[in-house]
Amino acid sequence: MPNLAVESLNLSHFRSHHVVQIECDPRPVAIYGANGAGKTNILEAISLLSPGRGVRRSSAEEMTRRPEALGWKVSAVLRTQDRLHEIETWSQNGTARQLRIDGKAATQVMLGRIARVLWLIPAMDRLWIEGAEGRRRFLDRTTLSFDPNHGEQVLIYEKAMRERNRLLKNQVTDAHWYRAIEGQIAATGVKIRKAREEALEYIHAAQDQAETAFPTAHLTLTNPENIEFSANSDDLAELLADYRSRDLAAGRTLAGPHRDDVFGVFAAKDVPAKDSSTGEQKALLISLILANGRALKEQTGLPPILLLDEVAAHLDAARRAALYDEICALGAQAWMSGTGPELFEELGDRAQHLLVTEVEGKSKVDLQ
Amino acid sequence: MSNSSKDLDHLIELMAKLPGLGPRSARRAVLHMVKKRALLMTPLADVLAEVAVTVRECLNCGNIGTADTCDICQNPKRENGEICVIEEVSDLWAMERSHMFKGRYHVLGGTLSALDAIGPDELRIPRLLRRVRDENVTEVILALNATIDGQTTAHYIADQLGDVRVSTLAQGVPIGGELDYLDDGTITAALRARKTL
Repeated sequence: MPNLAVESLNLSHFRSHHVVQIECDPRPVAIYGANGAGKTNILEAISLLSPGRGVRRSSAEEMTRRPEALGWKVSAVLRTQDRLHEIETWSQNGTARQLRIDGKAATQVMLGRIARVLWLIPAMDRLWIEGAEGRRRFLDRTTLSFDPNHGEQVLIYEKAMRERNRLLKNQVTDAHWYRAIEGQIAATGVKIRKAREEALEYIHAAQDQAETAFPTAHLTLTNPENIEFSANSDDLAELLADYRSRDLAAGRTLAGPHRDDVFGVFAAKDVPAKDSSTGEQKALLISLILANGRALKEQTGLPPILLLDEVAAHLDAARRAALYDEICALGAQAWMSGTGPELFEELGDRAQHLLVTEVEGKSKVDLQ
Repeated sequence: MSNSSKDLDHLIELMAKLPGLGPRSARRAVLHMVKKRALLMTPLADVLAEVAVTVRECLNCGNIGTADTCDICQNPKRENGEICVIEEVSDLWAMERSHMFKGRYHVLGGTLSALDAIGPDELRIPRLLRRVRDENVTEVILALNATIDGQTTAHYIADQLGDVRVSTLAQGVPIGGELDYLDDGTITAALRARKTL
């Protein structure tokens, strides 16, 4: 079966890991061990094989093993269909993270074209009830999985937005300067909005077509200013110009895709996701991750790598078995963590099982 | 550093601050100059001392030279109605190496950046607008870098130039370049700017 999978993973002085080598095949990987043993650190290392700052959104300096603080390195051999890629990422002495693909310096955008990694971590349990920023970030990761250029567009947009906000804060009134910046914001803003809308369409289609044990979430892109501009960048540029005096009073940009939000509804009950039970909210997130995986497989022929941190703990045995069945049916190399082996019993030999323990302050990984 | 003379250490330290040089290459350069004292070190010191006094920015375009008006601005043959706007003097020198552009230049001295508190008045933008008005300019070529700040600055200038023709440099496949090595954005730009053979 065609697959996207980590074939080997090497961690050096990364978080709790001193020097660790993990060899694996394309099957899912069940990681268990006591709290603090270093399970999530393995998932974080794999998340660095995709664009961005990883599952914890930490700085490169925070990832270094203490007390040595010598810098760290994560290297992996990644299989995409019939090709192997060697990916190395590292940071020395707290400097910015560097990246090499197949021995050559590379950019995050290049990484996005090779590796699609999706994740669900306990910090996302509050996604439906926290502020819009978390949901927007979740949507952008989903969008990035479909469109590797999305991240670059967001970076350009944010840079131009920071420039405009500084002008607003300094009460600059030079209309030419605003127009020049707003042109950039508008050009990237429409691409961002369009890519987000397309990503939601892909997710909805994947949910509708699937037979799944997890509830369907209907997602709608919302914006507090209720603005319509997706077709034309001139519309957004005009909107920004219209808002300029209001923005000057507020000292920041009030309208634009940087304020987009996602409104989720538990479809079967027609209840907003934020008002659903804790278990239902988690189930909706799992449903979305699986739908994202199915949509990617449909588009690229390859299921993504999934990182599911402590996901089994919140599910009863039947739901757990259903999740494992769906992951195996998808053919994704899902890296799942949990405290004990009993959480992964239903997987049997459909997965590889790793025991992570802490020995003398160092994480130790053993294939079971 | 463990050289015998404090002055030599100081010289190496200063040389190491130059772009492209590090402590190691600075040491090599200093040792080379010491060996070629009459041929290289003394003339270099003399010229450095002289240029340090005479070097100045051209009052018209921002190019550097040793007179108030640079050679290009003084040359009547370069007065063809075209002004090429660049960010830095190094960009001017790069353009001159091509021997292609026969007009005059305007060095902005950077790009607009609200975050770095660089506004139009910190650059030579007001001066450019005056030149366009006063020098019978027919075309302004915006040869700014293809960065976010460069493009913001280009749009800012274009927005204020009124009726004069404004152009930018083409973006696309470099001469001798292979498509396989280009990023998506460059290929897209090249395709959009394709021309009939």
